[in-house]
Amino acid sequence: MVKGGICDGTCVLNAGGFAGAGNSFSQEHNMKKALLCSAVAAGCFAGSALAERGSDGQLNIIYWQAASILNPYLSGGTKDIEASSLVIEPLARYDETGMMVPVLVDEIPTVDNGGVSEDLKSITWTLSEGVKWSDGSALTAADVAFTAAYCLDPEGGCQQASNFTDVESVEAVDDLTVKVSFSVAKPFPYGPFVGSQVPVIQKAQFENCMGAKAPECTEANFGPIGTGPFVVSEFKANDVVTYEANSNYRDEAKPAFGSVVFKGGGDAASAARSVLETGEFDYAWNLQVEPEILSKMASAGKGTVVSAFGTSVERLMVNKTNPDPALGDKRATVEGGAHPFLTDLSVVNALSKAIDRQILVDVGYGDAGQPTCNVLPAPAIYASTANDECLAQDIAAANKLLDDAGWVRGGDGVREKDGVRLSILYQTSTNSVRQATQALVKQWWAEIGVETELRNIDASVFFGGDQSSPDTFQKFFADIEMYTNNFDGTDPENYMANWSCGEIPSPANQWLGDNMPRYCNADYDALVAKMAVTAKLEERAELAKQMNDMLMQEGAMIPLIHRGGVSAHANTLAGVRMNEWDSELWNAADWKRAE
Amino acid sequence: MFNYTIRRLLFAIPTLLVISFLIFAILDLAPSDPTGNLPLTIPPEVREKIRLSLGLGEPFPIRYLKWLQQFFINEPLNMIEQWFGITIGDSENRLRVQSWATRSPVVDLIVERMPQTLWVVGMSYVVGILIAIPIGVISAYRQYSVFDQVGTFVSMVGFSVPTFFTGLVLIVVFSSTLGWLPSIYDTTHKVTDLSSFWFQVKQMIMPVMVLALFNASQLSRFMRASMLDNLSQDYVRTARAKGLKERAVLLIHVLRNSLIPVVTVIALGIPQIFGGAIITEQIFRVNGLGQLLIIGIQGADIPLVQTLTFIFAVLIVLFNLLADIVYGILDPRIRYE
Repeated sequence: MVKGGICDGTCVLNAGGFAGAGNSFSQEHNMKKALLCSAVAAGCFAGSALAERGSDGQLNIIYWQAASILNPYLSGGTKDIEASSLVIEPLARYDETGMMVPVLVDEIPTVDNGGVSEDLKSITWTLSEGVKWSDGSALTAADVAFTAAYCLDPEGGCQQASNFTDVESVEAVDDLTVKVSFSVAKPFPYGPFVGSQVPVIQKAQFENCMGAKAPECTEANFGPIGTGPFVVSEFKANDVVTYEANSNYRDEAKPAFGSVVFKGGGDAASAARSVLETGEFDYAWNLQVEPEILSKMASAGKGTVVSAFGTSVERLMVNKTNPDPALGDKRATVEGGAHPFLTDLSVVNALSKAIDRQILVDVGYGDAGQPTCNVLPAPAIYASTANDECLAQDIAAANKLLDDAGWVRGGDGVREKDGVRLSILYQTSTNSVRQATQALVKQWWAEIGVETELRNIDASVFFGGDQSSPDTFQKFFADIEMYTNNFDGTDPENYMANWSCGEIPSPANQWLGDNMPRYCNADYDALVAKMAVTAKLEERAELAKQMNDMLMQEGAMIPLIHRGGVSAHANTLAGVRMNEWDSELWNAADWKRAE
Repeated sequence: MFNYTIRRLLFAIPTLLVISFLIFAILDLAPSDPTGNLPLTIPPEVREKIRLSLGLGEPFPIRYLKWLQQFFINEPLNMIEQWFGITIGDSENRLRVQSWATRSPVVDLIVERMPQTLWVVGMSYVVGILIAIPIGVISAYRQYSVFDQVGTFVSMVGFSVPTFFTGLVLIVVFSSTLGWLPSIYDTTHKVTDLSSFWFQVKQMIMPVMVLALFNASQLSRFMRASMLDNLSQDYVRTARAKGLKERAVLLIHVLRNSLIPVVTVIALGIPQIFGGAIITEQIFRVNGLGQLLIIGIQGADIPLVQTLTFIFAVLIVLFNLLADIVYGILDPRIRYE
């Protein structure tokens, strides 16, 4: 009753203002207000009739990797970003189709609406009016500017620094307007403050936590004040987070849940079981479980398995340089010389043709994978169709390719040419699905006369940057290596730039570089440079496709599987829109109990 | 005895220093990287900055000395401050041992996890002892009887079947199929009344039983062997010849003497309680000290792993000493002077 009364009052007042002050406001503004008024009225009706904040009790979420901290700037781990996304929000984020949607602003700035300057060197965001932090204070442009300063502090070790690449300054123009200036033209200026990994944090809370002090602010890092639908009520690091509905959330009727428990720990299979079989939890994240086991669990009828595809591709990186240990310090570097046989395109093509990607999907991925022939499979406008030939396995054609290229089978069935044997060291991280893939691939390659030695390395070593370890994926002391990579958001510019010549890892740059295949082509670099100054989306898409095709056709890598995320939710939970472009919990404010 | 204790305690100091150095060196030499588990979308330059911000840029000896200072000076000072509510020196800027993954003081994390580990793992130890001693006594007294055969079989099974298997079987039976017990431990649960106590019992039953079965199997074998040793001794025959009741012979004379080695085994096992049960904690998501350690190892959270393993080392050294002292008290023939 009380709630209805307040709503009615607001609408009458607004209506009065609209009628009386017609001259002092622009037409557009009035229109907006009228719309807002009716929207609020509708909200009130819906609110009192259907949902009320906190009316649906408790939401139980299980992530088998527990959250360690709720500050994405100090931990880039997905679990930490997603746990914090219930509390702190960016200015805009991606919906499940990869489209940008405004969160703390009314509209996304573009060149057309004047939000992005003509020279592409600045973007101006205008915050929505009346957004409040969970402590009741108002969200202002100063908070946004502070967030940038916090991450750009050189001593803070900010893990999201790459989202602020080329940012020259972030200034609060007035209370609600914030301007981000770049040192170069940014055709895609949505790095800072877009997506759950770069949320806005409160200046008042983090003011004394800059730089080297950042890690010491445990209380703030464990319980950030946010604008999101929930507030942290208890945080047990690496174990469990409990949240309550934010009483200052901008939508009065949301969230439907009064509290959230975010439990962590264990393994993916038992997380799946707790949703699909025992029904103890409502939502389980990242269920990398053998497809067979997952579908058996789902048949209990308590929950639903959902999947969504982003940009992750499991691929074989093809070493274009020679990893021969005899080369010593020059091993797997450009100076060490070209690879003895993987620079031969017919070999790489034969290796690719011999693989049945559909079987790899069926064995290891199920709903979470699709065969792909591109390293850039999504968003749809960037996806090339020029390489789809690889989708069908063709052992005979692969054999013919090698025969024609002069690789002849020796006495032991392994092909050789000029004393070079087709013998491959194939490495990846330790993970049961990856080892199953390795075994299958080894078998297929044996059929085309290629000998394969398999190797797996613990993930924290393989992906770790330890300079003293010979087993990192950057050093790539092997012929082929397999892993998954992707990019944040929807713009592939930085991702595609990974394979330019300057990105080749070598002792000179402490092996820091993303160009694992050591692929180097001046034409490719020219495309990278061109994309950096091209603003039109269609042209950018065309460039990205060209780059993708070039990498595929010159055998820099062999894509295998377009990997998606797989999660499960209880059938009693409604509103889940599985999202691979942003936090999976991006729309938790809309989640509710199903009847 | 007192001199002996003091001497042993003093000798423990260099031992522990060596242990702490060895742990630190091993962890440092191990090829792991705190940024290794981050998404690949974080570029290498940023990773390098993160490592520097964690203090990895400094040479090994400096990092070790820093840890020593943080652990042996700063942490105790902080503890004293908290207990007595006083401030000693510049406590604002005194660096505590910080976990890399959570960026919070390691000791606070350990204190936070202590309750569930002590409840579940400690309880399982107590339950294990309570099961093991009667089984051991009866098995020995009725050697080769049906009870003994069954007991031997059960303890062999309990000892050789790993907890990750028994744990899963229990979950599948009692949680998935019957739906009686929760499969996931709620660490935020607080016991306030009878029904919340009942819930606590329900969520503890499975992890406690899995571990208790394992502990009991081991201890009951010790108990049985020790009883058998004593049952054939002369003093038992004397006691019987004196006309003592069989009950008194068994429970007063034989049991007391047989307990001496068993008590030592129990005392030496106590540090393991604090170590948590890595596998069982993971399966039931008890998230105690064992799970903290394994997460630390996986995430290359070196300060956390270093501090935890060192605390285990301290406990092991202390309980070894304790076992020796208890031994002396239980058996007056043993003198250390």
